[in-house]
Amino acid sequence: MQLDSKVPGGPLAEKWDRHRFELKLVNPANKRKYNIIVVGTGLAGSSASATLAELGYNIKAFCIQDSPRRAHSIAAQGGINAAKNYPNDGDSIWRLFYDTIKGGDFRSREANTYRLAQVSDNIIDQCVAQGVPFARDYGGLLANRSFGGAQVSRTFYCRGQTGQQLLLGAYSSLSRQIAAGKVKMFPRREMVELVVINGKAKGIVVRNLITGEFESHDADAVVLATGGYGNVYYLSTNATSCNVGAAFRAYKKGALFANPCYTQIHPTCIPHSGEYQSKLTLMSESLRNDGRVWVPKNAGDKRRPNDIPESERDYYLERKYPSFGNLAPRDIASRSAKEMCDAGRGVGPTGYAVYLDFKEAIERDGIDIVRKKYGNLFDMYENIIDDNPYETPMMIYPASHYTMGGLWVDYNLMSNIEGLFVLGEANFSDHGANRLGASALMQGLADGYFIIPYTIGGYLAGTGPSEFDADHPAFNDATKQADECIKKLLAIKGKRTADNIHRDSGHIMWEYCGMARTEEGLKKALMLIQDLREEFWQNVLVPGSDRDYNLSLQKAGRVADYLEFAELMITDALAREESCGGHFREEYKTEEGEAKRDDENFCHVAAWEYGGYGKAPIFHKEPLTFENVELSQRSYK
Amino acid sequence: MTQETKTINITLKVWRQKGPKEKGRFETIHVKDIETHMSFLEMLDVVNERLTLEGKEPIEFDNDCREGICGMCGAVVNGIAHGPEKGMTLCQLHMRKFCDGDIIAVEPWRARAFKVVKDLIVDRSPLDKIIQAGGFVSTIAGGAQDGNAIPISQEIAEKAMDAAACIGCGACVAACPNASAMLFVGAKISQLALLPQGKPEAARRALSMLRKMDELGFGNCSNETECEAVCPKEISIANIARFNREFLKAGFGSSER
Repeated sequence: MQLDSKVPGGPLAEKWDRHRFELKLVNPANKRKYNIIVVGTGLAGSSASATLAELGYNIKAFCIQDSPRRAHSIAAQGGINAAKNYPNDGDSIWRLFYDTIKGGDFRSREANTYRLAQVSDNIIDQCVAQGVPFARDYGGLLANRSFGGAQVSRTFYCRGQTGQQLLLGAYSSLSRQIAAGKVKMFPRREMVELVVINGKAKGIVVRNLITGEFESHDADAVVLATGGYGNVYYLSTNATSCNVGAAFRAYKKGALFANPCYTQIHPTCIPHSGEYQSKLTLMSESLRNDGRVWVPKNAGDKRRPNDIPESERDYYLERKYPSFGNLAPRDIASRSAKEMCDAGRGVGPTGYAVYLDFKEAIERDGIDIVRKKYGNLFDMYENIIDDNPYETPMMIYPASHYTMGGLWVDYNLMSNIEGLFVLGEANFSDHGANRLGASALMQGLADGYFIIPYTIGGYLAGTGPSEFDADHPAFNDATKQADECIKKLLAIKGKRTADNIHRDSGHIMWEYCGMARTEEGLKKALMLIQDLREEFWQNVLVPGSDRDYNLSLQKAGRVADYLEFAELMITDALAREESCGGHFREEYKTEEGEAKRDDENFCHVAAWEYGGYGKAPIFHKEPLTFENVELSQRSYK
Repeated sequence: MTQETKTINITLKVWRQKGPKEKGRFETIHVKDIETHMSFLEMLDVVNERLTLEGKEPIEFDNDCREGICGMCGAVVNGIAHGPEKGMTLCQLHMRKFCDGDIIAVEPWRARAFKVVKDLIVDRSPLDKIIQAGGFVSTIAGGAQDGNAIPISQEIAEKAMDAAACIGCGACVAACPNASAMLFVGAKISQLALLPQGKPEAARRALSMLRKMDELGFGNCSNETECEAVCPKEISIANIARFNREFLKAGFGSSER
């Protein structure tokens, strides 16, 4: 298969303008002849639905929760980047582009990343116009703060709830279009099949989660904005309903899955504390500005932290990375914590935690200053862990947070299946092997407000209105397939719940395909996952019936997808014989133990094609060419 | 951390209802060995795992982010929406707040406008319909002026943010003896009425959202302040007062009516 990224020619800074001019337009009166399906109502999905409806298209929007306002974008804390350069500190579109591409360890597509930086300013303007209450300075102008991976202040924020406010802004625009009749909203629906007719995406089949019935929806184009696959690890900072299902079902229908091995493990989360645990809570990265990370020097030291004298503590980040210290980048801080715990020096009841100590900051600045900066986070910690972090050090551990991989898309955000567009975290395009903080919100809204409205028009103008509707036999076939899968799950009546099996598969992925990976470990994981998948299909226990609200059944379907998807992730991690960003292969590191890229052999996107159930996926390559930036090795010593 | 793991035995009196038209009832479930580090929802997960293995149907409840921001979870625990702790959603409540031997009653939100879907799940789509009636600024992508072209004083921005923090969980409705949605509506009206971007449509918004609220079967406000007491985001009833002012202004001072 020839992968054509469709990146337009000309100088980098002019590509998007030129492309917008070259794209065909749909006449305003003709837009109402087109129906577009948008799956997901997070930042990307809500903004796309609202904007496409504003243009005049007929939209059907779907979400898994009871309301579009609850998509997991809502949980993003820190902020959203934009190259406004309001602080006059040297920012520019070019700098935001460069920081993003470098932060991604030179594994993203130049033209896409540049365009992201280009439209970033429009996003802020749009959100302000919607009434998003961004933080302001005393003069009433927009305030900025700094974030990791950048030396300028370019992050806009709404307290610690930026994702919530941006999502509610997009949701309000979406609500306005629902009221206007341009968007038909379908909540509590789960996409179970993509319908492809003559090679083009023409609709979807969803399951109504209340009645359990299947519904067929036809359209001229399908947009997936269904988020990432961080829950492949079972425990993550994601919401419980986040799943890979929609993307994976599209993959099974021929869409390529790109770079699935790129996952981001966030270093500062509240650690795992027991078998029953259902999620890991993120603690803002900002804590590392004042907290010092340490573990006891001696393995198995079970004393309380305050009883361990200075001389027996190892402030390992400060020791290993003297110039960046506790502010080493996410991937490096995460891997170091794992190394310490694997060496038996971890703390807490499970031994999988490290201390984040504020004693010095409290002594230096006083408890009031520390409380003012981090009070809400300290309260959150105390509520979950039942310990006072002003007196004893916090315990933290890395957790799965974001996934950079996703469905392959071209410059138009269209997958290799014509008419299937993929936005936000669900696609692979902008963050390479590692995403910088405050860039996920930027990408979701860029895709939805400012990119898809142009590119989908170009596609529709070229194809004309669809001649198929939901009576086409392809819908019937897809429904039958989905129904068979559900009937099969209910019929097994085994001895283990889907959650229980997911916990095991998540553990395997965390252990062997998490922060650090080896060829041997990955091969072992492949076998373990295959065995577990076999067990799942023989021994899963799904209570209740299919024509009812049945969360256990929903979960079982998602775990089935994860068990197949995990194999794809491992295959990709095995094939990428280099270390880059969030993908760290123990075999490929520098003498100091840092990630070592192999630009000669792996400067490409790995795009995988479904090869059939239980068969190896087929590899396709999109070479990455860098015409405007020079590839360099990251160093934080 | 309280180093040793403590476990308690509790008795759940939990609401079971097969569907909106079925009759519901309390079911008593004796639950042994619950670790006090668990969150309330994790306790329900454990109960569900046990029920499933016993061949029974698990308790259905809505939940998603499990960190208090999505607004998906919620149940009335011992008579209090989201349980006994202040400023917290149900998913943030931990079992260490309960004692060995406790009897814990768990019910869905009860309000005329919220139909029970199953067990603890209710249909909160009426809240979405209220927002659709006017909880937005009529702007379209692409036409916005520079973000700094509209200065907003820090004080106003902060007040707007206080109101905008609403997570739409519906606890205010569940706690109100009139099942009113005034705090929910007041928060959105306040946010947009405070900000200059929301002013052109303020009158229409106030009238239209209030009408929709009435039409959907929510009650009116009689200053019980129960809503404020249970709100996980501690949204102030000052927002209801602001909503009332906006409504009066719209009624007397505008051509909208």
